[in-house]
Amino acid sequence: MWKFLLPFAAFVALVVLFAFGLNPNRDIHELPSPLIGKAAPEFALKDVLDPTRTVSSATLKGQVYVLNVWATWCVACREEQESLLAIARQHVVPIIGLDYRDNQDKAKLWLTQLGNPYAAVPFDGDGRTAIDWGVYGAPETYLVDAQGRIIYKFISPLTQEVWQKEFLPRIAAARGGA
Amino acid sequence: MSRHFRALLLSSALMLCASQAAMAEQAPAALDDHGQLQNPLLQSRFERITKELRCLVCQNESIADSNVDLAADLRRQVREMLIAGRSDDAIFSFMTDRYGEFVRFAPPLSPKTALIWGAPFFMLLLGGLIIYRVVRQRSRMPLDE
Repeated sequence: MWKFLLPFAAFVALVVLFAFGLNPNRDIHELPSPLIGKAAPEFALKDVLDPTRTVSSATLKGQVYVLNVWATWCVACREEQESLLAIARQHVVPIIGLDYRDNQDKAKLWLTQLGNPYAAVPFDGDGRTAIDWGVYGAPETYLVDAQGRIIYKFISPLTQEVWQKEFLPRIAAARGGA
Repeated sequence: MSRHFRALLLSSALMLCASQAAMAEQAPAALDDHGQLQNPLLQSRFERITKELRCLVCQNESIADSNVDLAADLRRQVREMLIAGRSDDAIFSFMTDRYGEFVRFAPPLSPKTALIWGAPFFMLLLGGLIIYRVVRQRSRMPLDE
């Protein structure tokens, strides 16, 4: 009896394991951020479009905002740009565009040619702010609440669908709770 | 005998700590022409730590081996923290605070990681058990020849 049951049980266990492990909807490169629920890392960086202006986490505090990590070398960011512009037109929350390891002139050109969805564009040329935020690629998008806590992180290009499904309810909840 | 050995080990460990602390305090520790830390102790710690940290872009490479920009940034971060006299633990927790336990190739033993650490021993035990049973069964069988 055991001779047949044991291999069968092992087989079922493997099927369950593979069903989880090989699920095509699961992106194995997507890592949960340990920063969710924690205070957003502080930064103070020059704005790409206006170097006399400093964009800092301190001045952003007190409002719900989105921080979008992008760069001109990031192919997926070009794809994301259209969604970002549409989202910005809704004027729900300010979108801060952290320009990650980029060339300032190229970034300026990108924003004038493709349009600028950002309320501010802090320039993180050496990627130090990105390390503090746990960024490991672009695009990545964070949602920060009025208390300055990171409440959500989305990896890969933002779409209208994701915005409606993942961001808007959280923004409403953050505002309702505040 | 073993007490002697332990005392020796402890004192040498203490000496190592002391010399490390002293070197960190002097902290000339700039880079040489090859981009290595001039202080050989720091350089060896740098090599060990960067081999222990996963490059999150190409997830099976360490930041010591990877050529991507993020790995270079993280190497710079490790180097700077070493020069500033920070401990290995401080550097590892700096990384895990930002990127999660996944950045470490050998995550510390905790209830969440118990399965990873325990699995090889469990498998070994299971294999041993199977071999034991098979051998015992065969030893009871009559020989063919």
